[in-house]
Amino acid sequence: MTTRTARRARGPYLRAARYLVLFLFGCLFLLPVYALLVTSLKDPASVSVVTMWELPGKLSMDSFRAVWPKLQNGFVNSLILAIPASIISSILGAANGFVLAKWRFPGADFVFPVILFGMFIPYQAILIPMFRVIASMGLNRDLSGLILVHIIYGLPITTLIFRSYFASISEELIEAAKVDGAGMLRTFFFVALPIAPPAFAVAMIWQFTSAWNDFLFGIVLTRTEYWPITVALNNIAGAQTVPFNEAMASALLACVPTVLVYVLLGRFFMRGLMAGALKG
Amino acid sequence: MSQTVVAGRREERRPAPPPRRRRKWSRRLRSWGPGLLLVAPSLVALAIFVYGFAGWNVRMSVSSWRGLRQPNDFIGLRNYRELFVDETFRNDVRNLVVFTLVFILGSLAIGAFLALLLDKGVRGESVFRSIYLLPMAISFIATGIIWRWLLDSSTGSSTAGINKLFVYIGLDWLRSDWHKTPNMWAIAFIALPAAWSLSGYVMALFLAGLRGIPEELREAARVDGATESKVYWHVVRPLMLPVLMSAVVILTHISLKTFDLLYAIAPLDARTETPALYMWYTSFRGGFFARGAAIATLLFVAVALVIVPYIWYSVRSERRR
Repeated sequence: MTTRTARRARGPYLRAARYLVLFLFGCLFLLPVYALLVTSLKDPASVSVVTMWELPGKLSMDSFRAVWPKLQNGFVNSLILAIPASIISSILGAANGFVLAKWRFPGADFVFPVILFGMFIPYQAILIPMFRVIASMGLNRDLSGLILVHIIYGLPITTLIFRSYFASISEELIEAAKVDGAGMLRTFFFVALPIAPPAFAVAMIWQFTSAWNDFLFGIVLTRTEYWPITVALNNIAGAQTVPFNEAMASALLACVPTVLVYVLLGRFFMRGLMAGALKG
Repeated sequence: MSQTVVAGRREERRPAPPPRRRRKWSRRLRSWGPGLLLVAPSLVALAIFVYGFAGWNVRMSVSSWRGLRQPNDFIGLRNYRELFVDETFRNDVRNLVVFTLVFILGSLAIGAFLALLLDKGVRGESVFRSIYLLPMAISFIATGIIWRWLLDSSTGSSTAGINKLFVYIGLDWLRSDWHKTPNMWAIAFIALPAAWSLSGYVMALFLAGLRGIPEELREAARVDGATESKVYWHVVRPLMLPVLMSAVVILTHISLKTFDLLYAIAPLDARTETPALYMWYTSFRGGFFARGAAIATLLFVAVALVIVPYIWYSVRSERRR
């Protein structure tokens, strides 16, 4: 560390340049966010695309008030679907991860990559059969089909997250439970689960974000009154004639939950990202 | 982890006298049976929803299904042959290649550059990192809706979006029609919002990789008289190859299946259409389910070609560890 500090001090100009470049990139990354915020907070009467970069004269919540009634239903639908999808997928993933890491059966080495592939499959490749099956089971009449699909396609990543997590806990802990005569279920519930909350945070945040942000499943598997937020958003803000301020206000509202999770629990969000690259 | 593997194998190899074999087998079943039982529901669900459906999709792609009634016939590879001479499909593949190349190279360049800058230790690193990664939390639909206003191509007094910014800072000549450019490079501009979304992710991957290189290795090279740039080229660069590979694989598979971003920015525009969108339009809007299934199968094969070796490599290197 000391050599690093010394090296840093040697080039003060280089160091300043580095901060400047990082800062400029930060501004570039925040530009769209700036436009989004400023436009949706402007008084609707004074909004124009031409002046989109100018600060608002006076703040107004009117744009939000205008779009919320149209967005509310989708917002609620997405909550109803993303919360159970993330909880159930994580619980199943915890069980899978525990077995694959600590209670292995013959063929576990083969099963794991086979599960993992499900994480990367392009959803187009299963879309038509899935649409047929969900429709023929009548699950497209409400949100149940969409929840089921999100649970199942979430399994690979949650399994991966929990498998990595349980692989890192010591073998002795499991052995001790075995010596005490605990079976697999008992060890899972009373030894593994109590130490797994960090993995639950990572898995649930990941699942919540991807269920909330999904569009393709939502558009294929639901009808109007059960549209998730992304489909509702695209229908409001994707139309050619929608006013600029309403497009921005609805996009902003649709981002609130995931961005909130990101800001408050960013650490776990990061870990989920890393797990997705098979590096967990 | 590796301990379990060893223990498990050793038990299997232990020679057992024939009369007791049956009892031993049942004992082993009792030891791993419950585990298998616990995973079974997930395995069955994935077997059906991933592999069963993908297989069924392939089956549909060699039928003549269009419209509401689904015939169970077999027409061989006709759907594929028709696709290969279909102007729309060829256009979409060309678009996808352009998009993938620009998007991947752009995200890699930006992400790796930012990671290198942050690697040296910067005050406020976590703030920078959070800003670069923020777009990852925003859905592609919302990203698309924001960017379709930023990529405005109006001219004169109604100039807006990024073009307007160019005017502010005196770089008017940079003005662009973006994704409305009337040539095959139109889709390259969609890489802009895509890279905005994902270069922070690439940065995080590279940063984690850089931090994983033991400081002693770099220090040893420095002691041997290597300059800082030589340390990066000869010590750090080769060790970053696996990270680069992960990033390329992940970005490629995202690029191949991207649907919502393109759909939100420019729906039904041939200049920015890719096979992922064509598949959706032709099946769910047009009712040409067999043709959609054929496109989906091709996408599946393309992704599998990239992903299967990657998973194989990851799992194998984990076992070696």
